[in-house]
Amino acid sequence: MAFAYTPGLRVANRTVVRKERRLPLTGETLVKVGDAVTAETVVARTELPGNVKMLNIANILGLPPGDIPELHAEEGSVIKEGEVLGQSKGLFGLFKNTVRSPIEGVFESYNRITGQAVLREPPIPVEIDAYLKGTVTEVLKNEGVIVESVATFVQGIFGVGGEIRGEIKVLTEGPEKELTADLIDDSCRGKVLLGGSFVSVGTLNKAIKTGVKAIIVGGFDDKDLKEFLGYDLGVAITGHEKKGITLILTEGFGRMTMASETFELLKSREGMLASVNGATQIRAGVMRPEVAIPVQGEETERSSDKQAGAMDIGSRVRCIRAPYFGKLGTVAALPAELQVLDSEAKVRVLDVKFPDGVTVTVPRANVELIEE
Amino acid sequence: MASKEITRIMATDCGSTTTKAILIEKKDGEYRLIRRGEAPTTVEAPAEDVTKGVLNAVGEIEDLEGRIFLKPGDEGVLISPDSPDGVDIYMSTSSAGGGLQMTVAGVVKTMTGESAQRAALGAGAIVMDVVASNDGRLPHEKVADIRRLRPDMILLSGGIDGGTIDHVVELAEIVKAADPKPRFGIGYKLPIIYAGNRDARDLVREELGEQMELKIVENLRPVLERENLGPARDTIHELFMEHVMAQAPGYPRLMKWAGHYVDGDWVQVPIMPTPGAVGKLIETVAKNEGIEVMGVDIGGATTDVFSVFMSIENETVFNRTVSANLGMSYSVSNVLASTGFDNVMRWVPFHMDEADLRNRIRNKMIRPTTIPQMLKELIVEQAIAREALRLALVQHKELATGLKGVAQERTIGDAFEQTQTGATLVNMMNLRLLIGSGGVLSHAPRRSQAALMLIDAFLPEGVTMLAVDSIFMMPQLGVLSEVLPKAATEVFDKDCLIRLGTCVAPSGENRKASVLAEVTLTGSDGSSSEIRIEKGRMLVKPLGVGEKVEAVIRPEKNLDVGAGPGNEWTGQLEGGVVGLIFDGRGRNPFLLPEDDSARIEKLQEWSMALDIYPKRFISLEGGE
Repeated sequence: MAFAYTPGLRVANRTVVRKERRLPLTGETLVKVGDAVTAETVVARTELPGNVKMLNIANILGLPPGDIPELHAEEGSVIKEGEVLGQSKGLFGLFKNTVRSPIEGVFESYNRITGQAVLREPPIPVEIDAYLKGTVTEVLKNEGVIVESVATFVQGIFGVGGEIRGEIKVLTEGPEKELTADLIDDSCRGKVLLGGSFVSVGTLNKAIKTGVKAIIVGGFDDKDLKEFLGYDLGVAITGHEKKGITLILTEGFGRMTMASETFELLKSREGMLASVNGATQIRAGVMRPEVAIPVQGEETERSSDKQAGAMDIGSRVRCIRAPYFGKLGTVAALPAELQVLDSEAKVRVLDVKFPDGVTVTVPRANVELIEE
Repeated sequence: MASKEITRIMATDCGSTTTKAILIEKKDGEYRLIRRGEAPTTVEAPAEDVTKGVLNAVGEIEDLEGRIFLKPGDEGVLISPDSPDGVDIYMSTSSAGGGLQMTVAGVVKTMTGESAQRAALGAGAIVMDVVASNDGRLPHEKVADIRRLRPDMILLSGGIDGGTIDHVVELAEIVKAADPKPRFGIGYKLPIIYAGNRDARDLVREELGEQMELKIVENLRPVLERENLGPARDTIHELFMEHVMAQAPGYPRLMKWAGHYVDGDWVQVPIMPTPGAVGKLIETVAKNEGIEVMGVDIGGATTDVFSVFMSIENETVFNRTVSANLGMSYSVSNVLASTGFDNVMRWVPFHMDEADLRNRIRNKMIRPTTIPQMLKELIVEQAIAREALRLALVQHKELATGLKGVAQERTIGDAFEQTQTGATLVNMMNLRLLIGSGGVLSHAPRRSQAALMLIDAFLPEGVTMLAVDSIFMMPQLGVLSEVLPKAATEVFDKDCLIRLGTCVAPSGENRKASVLAEVTLTGSDGSSSEIRIEKGRMLVKPLGVGEKVEAVIRPEKNLDVGAGPGNEWTGQLEGGVVGLIFDGRGRNPFLLPEDDSARIEKLQEWSMALDIYPKRFISLEGGE
């Protein structure tokens, strides 16, 4: 059986991209099926309950719970910051202790046994935009909508930062070049930059200062990621970082030449508006970062065409583990017998021929197919 | 029609990364493993159908055996008792799609919260969060966390019978406010089990009855002194099948495939969560052999530790923990983040640049199915595995405890012993058998690598038999033991459990001793030999699988090998594929040299003593 697993990264010239735009809580949807939307169109809205503040009035007044004084606020009433909530009787009407509200909101409840008051801040409005220029194809009642668009669609392998939009601007001459700090100037403000093989944390920081929206490159160092985030990322669940930029890696960690197909495709979209999302989840419900660039016209390939499949002699593959990590080649042989590796493990292998004519043997698990 | 004896069994385990199939047949009166096949698990996009991976894995067995095991048109596993093709029964376990993910809730975190956690873990779940009235979070933070984590199921407990009601209702209010949505299957209600104070049942029903799929079972901590985890565990299994599995991609079909004919009628065999199945097997081993046992299953995303130890009341207690974010692929970066660079590097017998190591680990995380091709990469992965295993054991010790908050009767004698409630049950000196499972252990190119990984990570004390699951088939045997215990036991003994050998490790402090213990071994033919366990050294004496020698171990003053400090130990030592391993590196404390070069020299010496890598590993350095 000539199968090898691939993570199924998509690089599509023109495909239908379907985006579910769902509220965190039920609320109201603001568009209907068939509506044309831009990326900024607000499609649904809700209000999250405000944060709760617990205040032990009895403790603050220094009274036992059984000796609770009269309250100045009623349960359910609106309160202002600094408003008096309760007061001790004091000594002959003097030396009164006062409890004031630390927040503006609602005096939600008061427990006469424990002396605990629950104050709630005002609701937090939440709005969801369409993310992508396209058409509303489905309304999920009170929960959100589905937006569809014909777009150029590229999935990365790892990303940081959430949804953002900007015009594609090509910054490096080729996919093997590093995106260096000197290439970033004021013309990059508000743009989604396409780099080549690598970006350093220094360059990333300059990009943030310049107002760059996102960077798409082949590789990035993990020690830079730690410095950039300010912590060591444990499990690969990203997208919520608020660093002022979205970063998408197409190949992996280290200095990695971007696959020329990916680079050329994105380069051909220079000047067009891209919706970018760095959110990555590598486990159940795998989610990869993405770049979607809405284009005019019909789709030319279905997303379902791009998936893991059988590999044959001549299939184009990318090596995804040392010692050939990042190198592209074609399958030269698929021997059925297990073979012993340098590590002494006995596994299924295949032979890969690189463009320079050299042929090497690698475990089948260590390549991924490149869909033509 | 009389039921034909089951002689051909197909069992699969759908893991988060790989689906493994095994074929077992009864030949010459005993059940044996015939063949194994595997294929990538297909629960995620693009396939989004777990049965595809099952078909591929069983298909591989078809290819290798040259027989038919699948129905025409790939409509499932062929069950045909009356035909030479197919098998008599098919069954499966599953941890794909992230396994069973639960949030549990209890009033006091270390009491009902911990009991609820043990119930969920025992049922094979991953506990994502323990919500408790006293967990230090504000109510809105609890609400936010429940929503964010999206568990498959919630177990709500709290209050002993007749105890607090308010706090339990408060927890129910929080769950209600969160209104979590299931991960799979939009539009169905999230299952929640209430196993708390019986007096609060009506109020909990009022709060949650309409909004969620509520099941009420007996209190899992009816009194402080006793846990009653059975009913909650059983209901978790039931709901796992009915709701969670039934919503996961392809599972409804898989559930229909699993079963066999009894008197001509089709009987389904329920799909078990993988860790539940492994736990069942470990319990059976402990019971059959009457010993204290630990098992560890290190996977791509999680590491499970199972143990059976005696409590102070002299009862056997089974515990399982799952370290949800310690594993060798999806979670590999978290191992590094949790333990730090230095702790990983202390197991690597050559110098390495931190940036290089970090990038290698990260790349494994983002492409979790790759395997080390080069020896150097294998050594690095095995170093990380030691830390993942060690951290998982630390977590297990914290949860495998006696009940906390229990009033103890103390005599004058007890008062001097300073025992406290909630102490860990894990006692490495009493441990007799340590079983390792999971890719990095089962598929290690040399068995001695698995032995040293287990020893370094778990630091067994005294006399301990080490074993590995030969080809990672404990989950399938676990589910098999539910239907055909005899077949499960036979295959486990003959084909699954590979005995690596006995490890002898003196424990305790004696700074002056250069020899920790002297050992006299007497073979069955009467020949005898003397061995000195030297401080800081390791030694292997070959002794084959099933072979035994009589041993007298005389530890130095203050050092213990199981008979008490300084006391002579007499008994049998059993061999294995590695042999007898004498570990003089010390326990309590076990210390590695702090100086880098000295540490590397020692690691190389120990690796050579156990012959774990080809000799060229000594010259490995830098990148490749």
